[in-house]
Amino acid sequence: MSDAHTLLLAVVGNPNSGKTTLFNLLTGLRQKVANYPGVTVEKKIGECRTQHGKKLRVIDLPGAYSLNARSPDEAVLRDVLLGRRADTPRPDRILFVADASNLERHLYLLSQVLELGLPTVLVLNMMDVADHKQWRIDIARLSAELGVPVVPMEAVSGRGFLELRVAISREDLPVPQWHSPPLPEDLRKALERSHDRLAADGAVHDRATLLEPIYLMADHNPLHDGFEDGHLAQIRAAREALEHAHPGWEDQLVADRYAAIEKLTAAVLVRPEQEVRTFTHRLDRFLLHPLLGGAVLLGILAFLFYLIFRVAEGPMGWIEEGFVALGGVIAASMPPGDLRDLLVDGAVNGVAGVVVFLPQILILFFFIGLMEDTGYMARLAFIMDRLMSVVGLNGKAFLPFLSSYACAVPGIMATRTIDSPKDRLITILIAPLASCSARLPVYLLLIGALMPESVSAWARAGAMVGLYALGTLAAFGFAWLFNRRILKGANAPMILEMPNYKRPSLKAILFQVWQRAKAFLVRAGTVIFGMSILVWAASTYPKDRSLMAEVERVEQRLDSLQKAGDAAAMDAAGSELADLKSRQLAQSFAGRAGHLIEPLIVPLGYDWKIGIGLIGSFAARELFVNTMAVVYAVGAGDEEDTTPLRERIQQEVRPDGRPVFRPLVCVSLLVFYVFAMQCISTLAIVKRETGSWKWAGFQLAYLSGTAWLLAFATFQIGRMMGW
Amino acid sequence: MTLTLAQLAIGQQAVIESLPTGRAGLTRLRELGLTPGARVSLVRRAPLGEPIEITVRGSHLAMRNHEAADIVVSLA
Repeated sequence: MSDAHTLLLAVVGNPNSGKTTLFNLLTGLRQKVANYPGVTVEKKIGECRTQHGKKLRVIDLPGAYSLNARSPDEAVLRDVLLGRRADTPRPDRILFVADASNLERHLYLLSQVLELGLPTVLVLNMMDVADHKQWRIDIARLSAELGVPVVPMEAVSGRGFLELRVAISREDLPVPQWHSPPLPEDLRKALERSHDRLAADGAVHDRATLLEPIYLMADHNPLHDGFEDGHLAQIRAAREALEHAHPGWEDQLVADRYAAIEKLTAAVLVRPEQEVRTFTHRLDRFLLHPLLGGAVLLGILAFLFYLIFRVAEGPMGWIEEGFVALGGVIAASMPPGDLRDLLVDGAVNGVAGVVVFLPQILILFFFIGLMEDTGYMARLAFIMDRLMSVVGLNGKAFLPFLSSYACAVPGIMATRTIDSPKDRLITILIAPLASCSARLPVYLLLIGALMPESVSAWARAGAMVGLYALGTLAAFGFAWLFNRRILKGANAPMILEMPNYKRPSLKAILFQVWQRAKAFLVRAGTVIFGMSILVWAASTYPKDRSLMAEVERVEQRLDSLQKAGDAAAMDAAGSELADLKSRQLAQSFAGRAGHLIEPLIVPLGYDWKIGIGLIGSFAARELFVNTMAVVYAVGAGDEEDTTPLRERIQQEVRPDGRPVFRPLVCVSLLVFYVFAMQCISTLAIVKRETGSWKWAGFQLAYLSGTAWLLAFATFQIGRMMGW
Repeated sequence: MTLTLAQLAIGQQAVIESLPTGRAGLTRLRELGLTPGARVSLVRRAPLGEPIEITVRGSHLAMRNHEAADIVVSLA
């Protein structure tokens, strides 16, 4: 129980104050990252030692502009600092990180935090930028006015870190001396009345000051965790009564606080008459230039997608080969049988299907981390905001959505940078409509089947672009619909801070990439592992004894033919074997399910064999190609070269002699794959990021429903027009 | 001469006169330093015309015309 005696030091500050860099410096990346229960706000706890060797626990609290919470992040900060979260103890000490080059604004949150009465150390970070702006800060005076030790620092380079260690090691850290200006008399009386009522109901616990009721009542969207359901109504009622008696009370408090801050700033800070141009100004003139800015952004995104689709190919190939080799090793070291098939065909293949996307995901995570850490992310949102606003989203949704064209998983995980919960949820819901790389093999196969060799490459490329456009338009359409009709709650206005550019910390970015990759592997990995085994079992069982005996006979014959080197006979035996496997699949559970869902898919133009493909690709879209290869008894070609499969499906005919994969059916299938939610990894991540299966289920339902409806409409309208 | 923040020309400086009271979004802008009496200047507009970037109390903020149009300023 050493925890009880170890002091808890909370790192608090505005977003972009360099808070996390400092936390990393203190803990040396010895930290645990988890979520606060019930919300998707990251909780980071680490340890450090004082200069006397005493252990300190350090918690990196979410960045916030104010204790008047406007986002789940800010609500967590408020609740932890007020001691209102059961899962996190109230900190003993506070390390407040302020951006020295933006001192006045950062004093706003600092003054709120100081009033809570916890011993505090103030770090003035980014002193180099403040120097560059020719700001002169009177550190001693600031320290005297606030009653707390003040440490000037540059967290990126580590300058000032020794002084910081000395400050946080002090046993006698003083309680701050800052007090906000007295409340207007009538407002104070009204607040006291609300306080008494809320305290009597048990909604607030702090009886000494009015701070707790003020911050609770100032929360306009108290759907964040931290309010117990019973108290929610009381807090709302108190808020409405106060609002009625004192309209604009909040704005009054803000104005009074800034008046006090202005006085303090005048005493401790000297700024030049004319704003001095900094590195950030110069870079922004280029990166936010009406023409150049757009060009640079396009260049960066093109480079990103080049990395994802070209450079990632190599490692993806190695991973595939690695798993094939692993499967081979297992197959060679075990006697043939169900267990071996389970391990090789079920487990290894299933895990390979997830891990193969890891290179793309890592590249995306790294890029996103780099953009966040340098400050470019805010510029990207600034440039793209107008475009995203057309469908009711803001600029911060752009990169998460764009990432989803590679893979929806990192895209959805990147939505944490969107602070409006409503915008974030909408972005998560539409992310799978971006055609991800797992759809490519399916698109390639079906476009190949749709268009004979004689059709020009341009037409094929056009079809591909059309599919991407269809998904994109649908994503925007649904975003608009969700925004207007489905999801309640007002849209928070788009307010974006443009932070100073800073040198990225490679170590911190890589650490974050590792954390996110781990979360992906654990969440998606376990779910998809189970699903792969299920899909494998469904397509393997029950086994037809006579078919299996036949398979064994043909396999033995194949072996002996191989020794004899009779190529022609081997080919014949090979196709006989494929045919047997196809018949075995047809009578398996998956095959029967294909028959079972036939009534549902015949209106879309599909037969039961395609039904097996749909079922087989439920866990992951790209499995469609493999499943169809087994169904049609062609050797499972690799993803790049599906020629044998394509030729085979073009020959497939219905009982009446017409081809199964006539153009209209291919189009209907393509439409289905643009929309259908066939990705267990995404569902698992959506569950993690929204905190419940509710939204994952909704997403599955609305996407699959749309896929069915549109494929149905495509096929039926096409048929009426005589195609 | 009074006009709104959305009407400022690039590079123009102004002093905030008033903001409508009692609206959550605007309260947040106040908390970020846009209180009556504060000096602001328009730094740039995004390539597509919106949002605008302003500077206030030494920090740089972006917002849409919709919010900026509610903020009454007078030219400094």
